[in-house]
Parts: sequence; structure tokens; C-alpha cells
Amino acid sequence: MTDTSDFVRIEHAQKSFGKLEVLKDISLTVERGQIVAIIGPSGSGKSTLLRAINDLDALTGGEIWLDGVQVNKTLPHRQYEKHINEMRQQIGMVFQHFNLFPHLTVRENVTMAPMLLKDLSKAEANKLAEEQLDHVGMLERIEYYPSQLSGGQKQRVAIARALAMKPKLMLFDEATSALDPELVDEVNQVMKKLAEDHMTMIIVTHEMDFAAAVCDRVLFMDQGVVVEEGPPEVVFKNPVKDRTREFLRKHIEGAK
Amino acid sequence: MDFELMLKVYPFFLEAAWLTILLSVLTAILGLTCGALGAAARLSRFRTLRFIGAAYVSVIRGTPALIQLFILYFGGPQIGIQLDAFEAGVIGLGVNAGAYMTETIRGAIITIDKGQGEAARTLGLSQWQAMYKVILPQSARLMIRPLGVNINALIKATALVAAISVVELTYTAQRYIGSTYKPFEMFLLAGILYMIIIYVAGRGIAWLDRKAQIT
Ligand SMILES: Nc1ncnc2c1ncn2[C@@H]1O[C@H](COP(=O)(O)OP(=O)(O)OP(=O)(O)O)[C@@H](O)[C@H]1O
Ligand SMILES: [Mg+2]
Repeated sequence: MTDTSDFVRIEHAQKSFGKLEVLKDISLTVERGQIVAIIGPSGSGKSTLLRAINDLDALTGGEIWLDGVQVNKTLPHRQYEKHINEMRQQIGMVFQHFNLFPHLTVRENVTMAPMLLKDLSKAEANKLAEEQLDHVGMLERIEYYPSQLSGGQKQRVAIARALAMKPKLMLFDEATSALDPELVDEVNQVMKKLAEDHMTMIIVTHEMDFAAAVCDRVLFMDQGVVVEEGPPEVVFKNPVKDRTREFLRKHIEGAK
Repeated sequence: MDFELMLKVYPFFLEAAWLTILLSVLTAILGLTCGALGAAARLSRFRTLRFIGAAYVSVIRGTPALIQLFILYFGGPQIGIQLDAFEAGVIGLGVNAGAYMTETIRGAIITIDKGQGEAARTLGLSQWQAMYKVILPQSARLMIRPLGVNINALIKATALVAAISVVELTYTAQRYIGSTYKPFEMFLLAGILYMIIIYVAGRGIAWLDRKAQIT
């Protein structure tokens, strides 16, 4: 039997930018196939936590583990670079502002990393790109440049680009926050599809309805700590902590 | 105005113009090389290299190019650097242009949105792969125009090597003034030839820029 517990393990994560302590001793585990949403007010450290998982922002203390391997282990620079590049291949990340490569077509955006890092031939990489783009409904736009796409389309391509590396874990940092409201749904649909495929995901979001619908667990963060966590029914409907209740009240009012 | 005289000396000026062009091309090549190395140093992970890059830029930009040429050409032999005037001209001007190009190239690299490098690194690309595949292709487009400005300045700066007796356009004009006593005509002729060189170089750069934006 495969051990499904502790697929992702964050232990005592601590992060400071100079004197500003952004993450204060955060611990968290995610099981294989689980979907965890992180919610919380602006500046609470959600992005920083997500970016620590693939070491875009290095922690100042604590450990990150993925599938039995420590992501942020201490190694001499060269060895660490090699190690982290291998780890990052297993961790897909989707950004609020898509960050597609504007000088490359949709096809090239998706094929570049697999060709460089997995030694796929051009034909193999093309086939892979076509599969992934088909999965997110973007196959017809394969020869387009990012500037010719809508925000929702860009984000779907960005998801396909991440998936082409066959990651074990996907991180989403407010993937729909920069989108016009009418484009949010097409991206959410793609994320739902990933959920059905049992992709392990950690999703930072401001969309409580979406989080409630797809997530197994919700974390409410404030000022660098996890204030409350639990299944969405509990966190959204019957939060234990006052701060959670207050945030949800404000947030839902704000949305109206 | 003595057109007849201008037509008479014109072939000699043309010859000198070729030397100005050669000087410009070699200076541009050396300048781009120094600029690329300077930018790499300034963006390096290593503090020492960053310091060297910054020192290079501030020393060169903080002193007149003419003084730099004089130090190299007249002062060089004193510390065992023996160069003929043309060599000193190319090296002096090239190293000078390189400092300005360092800043141009660095500027074009750091202007690229941070998210581009992050997206590349997130996929697992190494720092070098991210630079080579994602950042540089985008910044190359951005740097053509400002490098064109540097090249424009560098062509005009070749006039300085007249001061160390390289027989380029400005020096030739001065020499013919000595024998003809017609400074207006001689400098006008030199000026016209500079303008043609700069115009052609400018068109070349505009063409490159257009081509880079399309693909
Ligand atoms: N590179 C940085 N340098 C200094 N401070 C930073 C940096 N990145 C983030 N911070 C600070 O860390 C805190 C947490 O930021 P973070 O982006 O993680 O918040 P967030 O929860 O994602 O907020 P939002 O909902 O607005 O995206 C903020 O106070 C922010 O100003
Ligand atoms: Mg954020």
C-alpha cells in the first residue's frame, strides 16, 4: 500500500523580510490528491507561504517536504541549484498575472520546459503540448501569441504549461483575481477538472464559493499564522475563531 | 564658399571617412563586448563582480573620454602599455562605449517583469536557462534602440582620436585647414561625411529594431 499521508509537509515555516515577520511558525500537511484552499486578508502571507513551497521565496526557518524529499535542504550552492530545479519540475505554479512568455507562441510556451528539461524530441513535446492544451480547451489557439489571448485563455495556457511538466503538486496564487468576472468561470472549470483528476493542489483564493465547492480543507491565515483550518463546511459555515468570522463577514459583504 | 576646393580635397576626406567607419565598427564591437560583460558583472550573484562592474561604469562615465584616451596613449608607455594611435583609439573608445552599453544592457534586462524569470524558474529552468530562453530574447528587443543611441554617440566620439593623431575625418580636416586656410569648408565637408555615416548607421539600427519586433 502506498503511503498517502503527508505528501506535502510544511514544518515550522518562518519567513522574515528584514524586520518584517511574514510567516510565523506555520505547519501544514497535505495528503496526496487533497485540495487545500488558503484564504485570508491581504498581506497575511498567503503568497509568501505558497512561494516558499517551491522556494521562490526562501524560508528563513523551517522545512518543506514533498513526497518524502526535503525541498529546501541545505546544500552547497551548485548542488542546491540542481536539486531545486529538479524539485520545481515536480511543482507546478500558476500566477495571478499568468506570466506567459510573450515572445513565444502558445505551443512554444508549453513545449519549452519539457524539451529543455526532459529531453523530449520536438515531436514528443508537440504531442504533449497538444494533449495539455486540449485538456484546458486551448488547442485551437496553439499557434497564437499570448498577446492575442484573453485573460482567461492566458491563464488556461499557463495551467497547461505547468501541467506539461507532469507535476505532483500544483500551486495556484489567486489564479482568477486578475480576470474580468465573466472570464473567471472558464479557469475555475479547468481547476475543477484537475480536481477530478485527483491532482494535489494548494489554492490561494479570494473566491469563497469556489473554495467551498472544490476544496477538501480550508486554511484561514492572518498576520502570518494559520488562525483556523478545517473542512469548508466548518470554516465557512461555523467558524470557531472570531477573526475568521469577522473576515468572512467583511469579505462576503465586500463582495456584494 | 569655395566649392572647387571642396571637390578637390573630397577624395582625401572620403579615405579618412573609411577610417572613421572602421574605427566606429571596431569600437562598437569592443563596446558591445565590454557592455555584455559589464552587465553580466553588474547582475552577478557575486559581490566582487558586482563591485567591479559598478566601478567600471562610474570611473568611465565619470571622466572625459579625451582624458581616458590621453592616459592610454600618452600615459600607457610609462606603465608598459605600448599602443599605436589607432589601437589606443579603438581600445580607449571601445572601453568607454562599453560603460554606457553596460547600463543600456543591464537596463533592458532588469526591465523585464520579475514574473517572467519566476515562471521560468518555477518550471525547473536553471538561472542560465531562464536568462537565455526567457529574459534575454525579450530584453534584446528592448535594447536595440538604446544601443543605437550609444552607437550614435560612439561614432561622434571617434572625432576625439584626432587628438592623438589618428588620420580620421576630423584630423584630416584639421590638416587641410593648415594648407588651405579654409576652416569653414573643411569642417563642413567633414560634418557632411559624419552625417552620412550616422544616417546610414541609424537606418541600419531602425531596420534591426523593426525586424526584432515582428518575429
Ligand atoms: N519581497 C518582499 N520584500 C518585502 N516584503 C514583502 C515581500 N513580499 C511580501 N512582503 C510582505 O509580506 C507580507 C505578506 O505578503 P504576501 O504577498 O504573502 O501577502 P498575501 O497574503 O499574499 O496578500 P494578498 O492577498 O494581497 O496577495 C506583506 O506585508 C508584504 O508587504
Ligand atoms: Mg498574494
